[in-house]
Amino acid sequence: MTPMNSEERTADWVAIIKDGVIGAWPICLGYLAIGLAFGVIAQKAGFSPVEIGLMSLIVYAGSAQFIGISMLSAGAGIVPIVITTFTINLRHMLMSSSLATFMRNLGTGRLSLFAYGVTDESFALNSAKFRDGKWDWRRALVLNHTTNLTWIASTVAGGFGGQFIPAGALGIDYALSAMFICLLVFQLRGRLYVIVSIIAGILAVILSLLLPGNSYIVVASVIAATLGVFLKRSKSFAGTERKS
Amino acid sequence: MIHDNYLYIILGMGIVTYVPRWLPLVFLSRRSLPEWFEQWLDLIPAAILSALIFPILITTGDPRHLDLLRPEFIVAVPTLAFAVKTRSLAGTVIFGMFLFWLAEKFI
Repeated sequence: MTPMNSEERTADWVAIIKDGVIGAWPICLGYLAIGLAFGVIAQKAGFSPVEIGLMSLIVYAGSAQFIGISMLSAGAGIVPIVITTFTINLRHMLMSSSLATFMRNLGTGRLSLFAYGVTDESFALNSAKFRDGKWDWRRALVLNHTTNLTWIASTVAGGFGGQFIPAGALGIDYALSAMFICLLVFQLRGRLYVIVSIIAGILAVILSLLLPGNSYIVVASVIAATLGVFLKRSKSFAGTERKS
Repeated sequence: MIHDNYLYIILGMGIVTYVPRWLPLVFLSRRSLPEWFEQWLDLIPAAILSALIFPILITTGDPRHLDLLRPEFIVAVPTLAFAVKTRSLAGTVIFGMFLFWLAEKFI
């Protein structure tokens, strides 16, 4: 390790925190809207701001929290709620696997701290930023925890009964969709990626009409990526790719 | 007040959410992976982003059905074009929000 004086180290951390927090803004905007909506729904279902905040802190998963609240108010027991949460959130396993390739040689403590903040949104954004370079696990960690704090604060604020932002204001409900669309474009780094994403998209739509829940995300992604690897390894495709 | 069992329920939810996030990071980040698996993981973001976004844009309801005329989808087309053209995340998010706001107002 190169020795650093404390001033340099502070400057370093300031830059890291700045990059992470600023990088997080599209997610924060989306979480603000969804978090407030979640808080309002949970409050109407009889949950207190403390209960809402605890759930956002301990679970930290948007769709699972919405479903958890509706199952709890329908009187469901702990086992079905936990099993449902598990199946909804299994998709994060794919995301963490993919992120692992950017998180080489870190201690278990740092990885554990990072793992807590892996969501659809932070995965999508961090993947693009890692790919872009100029990004590291510290910035990714700051980004994750910035979005996490925004989520907790927004859900609790909603839990006090305030919608604060009128529904549909400024198109804020579309922030995350627009972000996903753009991050998908960033991932299309060649013909193979375009083909894989088209296959994944078509499969996901078809499966979402056939299967209940969100298992279509994992099934469609795994099939599309697997086909992609076969395609990449087939000689004919490799040949055309080199020519183009 | 806190509902009976509420803490146990959210702890259970938290554990089953955290473990799938944690396991692959700890087990895969310190191994050298076979080439085909690296290639597979490299394709996962493109696949998963597509699988996340398309059903949100063109299906709706419970049970889900196809609906190609949702403002979400209509707005997605120029938003995608904007992203391809500018390659700007900030610009795309603001552009998409603006179009969606217009669409909600006038469609």
